[in-house]
Amino acid sequence: MPRKMLVLIGLVLIAALAMTACGTATTATTAPDKPTAKPVDQPTVEPTKEGPVTIRWWHITTQEDQKAVWQKLADEYTALHPNVTIEIQVLENEAFKTKLTTVMQSGDPPDIFQSWGGGVLNEYAEAGLLRNIDAELDADGGAWRSSFGEGALGVYSYKDANYGVPWDMGMIGWWYNKALFTQAGIAEFPKTWSEFTADVTKLKDAGIVPISVGMGDKWPGMHMWAYLVTRIGGKDNFQGAVLRTGKFTDAPFVEAGVKIQELVDMNPFQDGFLGATYGDEATAMGNGKVAMELMGQWAPAVEKANSVDQLGIGDNLDWAPFPMVEGGKGDPNDAVGGGNGFAIGKNAPDAAVDFVKYLTRPESQLLCASGSGAWCIPVVKGGEAGMSDPLMMKLQAQLALAKYFQLYYDQALPPAMGSVVNDSVQALFAKTMTPEQAAQAIEDSAKQELDK
Amino acid sequence: MDTAVAKKTGRMPLLSYKAQNNLTILLFLLPAFLLFFLFIIYPIVQSVYYSFFSWKGFGPATDFVGLDNFAQILKDTIFHKAIFNGLLIIAMSLGIQLPLSLALAIMVGRDLPGRGFFRMIFFMPYVVSEVIAAIAFMGLYNPDPTRGLINALITLIPGVEPIGWMGSRELVLPCIFVVMTWKYFGLHMLLFLAGLQSIPTEVEEAARIDGANSWQLVRFITIPMLANTIRTCMYLSILGSLQQFVLVWVMTKGGPVNASEVMSSYMYRYSFVRFWLGYGSAVAIVMLLISLVFSIGYLRIVRQPEYLAAS
Repeated sequence: MPRKMLVLIGLVLIAALAMTACGTATTATTAPDKPTAKPVDQPTVEPTKEGPVTIRWWHITTQEDQKAVWQKLADEYTALHPNVTIEIQVLENEAFKTKLTTVMQSGDPPDIFQSWGGGVLNEYAEAGLLRNIDAELDADGGAWRSSFGEGALGVYSYKDANYGVPWDMGMIGWWYNKALFTQAGIAEFPKTWSEFTADVTKLKDAGIVPISVGMGDKWPGMHMWAYLVTRIGGKDNFQGAVLRTGKFTDAPFVEAGVKIQELVDMNPFQDGFLGATYGDEATAMGNGKVAMELMGQWAPAVEKANSVDQLGIGDNLDWAPFPMVEGGKGDPNDAVGGGNGFAIGKNAPDAAVDFVKYLTRPESQLLCASGSGAWCIPVVKGGEAGMSDPLMMKLQAQLALAKYFQLYYDQALPPAMGSVVNDSVQALFAKTMTPEQAAQAIEDSAKQELDK
Repeated sequence: MDTAVAKKTGRMPLLSYKAQNNLTILLFLLPAFLLFFLFIIYPIVQSVYYSFFSWKGFGPATDFVGLDNFAQILKDTIFHKAIFNGLLIIAMSLGIQLPLSLALAIMVGRDLPGRGFFRMIFFMPYVVSEVIAAIAFMGLYNPDPTRGLINALITLIPGVEPIGWMGSRELVLPCIFVVMTWKYFGLHMLLFLAGLQSIPTEVEEAARIDGANSWQLVRFITIPMLANTIRTCMYLSILGSLQQFVLVWVMTKGGPVNASEVMSSYMYRYSFVRFWLGYGSAVAIVMLLISLVFSIGYLRIVRQPEYLAAS
């Protein structure tokens, strides 16, 4: 009997151990598959010094033809470095943000991942989840570092150390449908806010929905408020509030809210805008249902992809910068925008940083910047030579004029504050908060996040 | 027993029969208990621990704030809205979903031609993943008549404008509730069906002979005899409503402007979007307490008569 007992205990303990092992399998994604050692029969650029290396790369480029560009670059790199395996995970924007948060909290970030820089990147850097790549940037007398535009590279640095590099930097502007504007009798895009509101009325009178905005996702409308703050208050206003020499309840922030609510009162948005996603916004624009949307440099590509015929509105699409608000202290050329970049996780192998270098060569940048389907604005010197899309070139020319470049508020500020800004602006659009209340909510959040 | 074994093997057993029995029981419970501990007890203890801190989620928790988080929760108007929405969903579930399930169960329970088919299609929504259901219904509710089926159908009626379902602060909660009903009525229907089987047909026949019509039959025979099942369904429904997360988060993220906020989406937003994990843990503990109080209270009040009747 005792013998049988011991065997039974042993079996049960083993079973318990096995089950807890299955149970506690954490966020480990796919198991890295070991690459078969290919015989190196062609001259490679660098001899493979390390053993098999796996690089985990998460990006958010879901469009098929664009995704293929990244895949092509990855394949080229693995052909040159047969010991490297690159695991790419493509996620949709919101899903990416969710998944990244959980992975960050488990302390095991991917090696290369999509980043918009700013406050969110700063949080991760502060928590020690990113790899400092200053060494690689400064190698060879700063060869890699100097290939980037300084402003763009700065977006990915925290306390003077770089944790990522950009591959795209643009600005937000009004993408509008020329044909619909002509139909409403508007010759050119308004340059001032009063002209803008007058044109909105003209569009409505012509039976055209003036603006599509995906307020369900919150951030598309937040850019409208951000631009108004920028035009009314200028650089010093926002920077002051962030550095806490000023406050988020200062006049420009409230005034921007007032203007937003004046616009909302004109009823210029599509039906159900409060619950619409960015996808809905792009679809409405791509199908020619609305006259304009305020969006970043990726807008034409997304409009096309979301439109019924996959062609978007073609030649009818035009771009214009955000109008100036009369009496505002901002410069009409100030730009709100951002771009995309690669952040490097703390556990990334050297091969990952080397791969990112490969991804940011001028030749690589040409792949997304050139042609009529351009979906990025290159940040590497030499990359813009391949730009041929007239709208992208217009955008880039405008961006070059900007003396003050502001990263999107919800990325520039710490995530908690960014979330409050998004929620407050949504409340402004829904008119559940007054401009003063919205400003106060943001100020309260700033006290909590920035006054430390 | 011990002596019997001793006689057979020639010596006293190592452990008494009773002790062996207990040991066996303990060992068989061990794996289940281990999983329960790891996935339920341990995270709850961790949550309680973190709820006393103001913590970003990265690295160790260092900023002790005591009960501040809880105080803030109780003062937050958005949390009040979340609780109010939760109660609203419960009321709608009990008032609409359960009677609907019961009615369908009664219809499908008797000799209806094709009842097997109906049972299957009524139960299918329960099997579908919540996320898929949410996304599918988001498509249906799309305000653009060329993309959303519901608006496409209602705009066929002349003079009817498309309605912004998910964008309207008044309509969004009922819209989500429709999806919830669609998803879960099958489960309740199944439970009621099982309950209906246990009603002896003689009772129904006797009532018929006494001249009861169908409505009187349902009211005086079926429902009282289903009392237990109804109680179970109510319990599951209320608990499920209190903890509803996926449908709300995927469809609206608690918006627009907190119109469809429930406790779980509130918790998720503060924990993983705003990176306030200490506060989020506090919300989780509050949710746990509410659910526990309800569970224990409900079972005490409702189950009590049963035991009394049985004994």
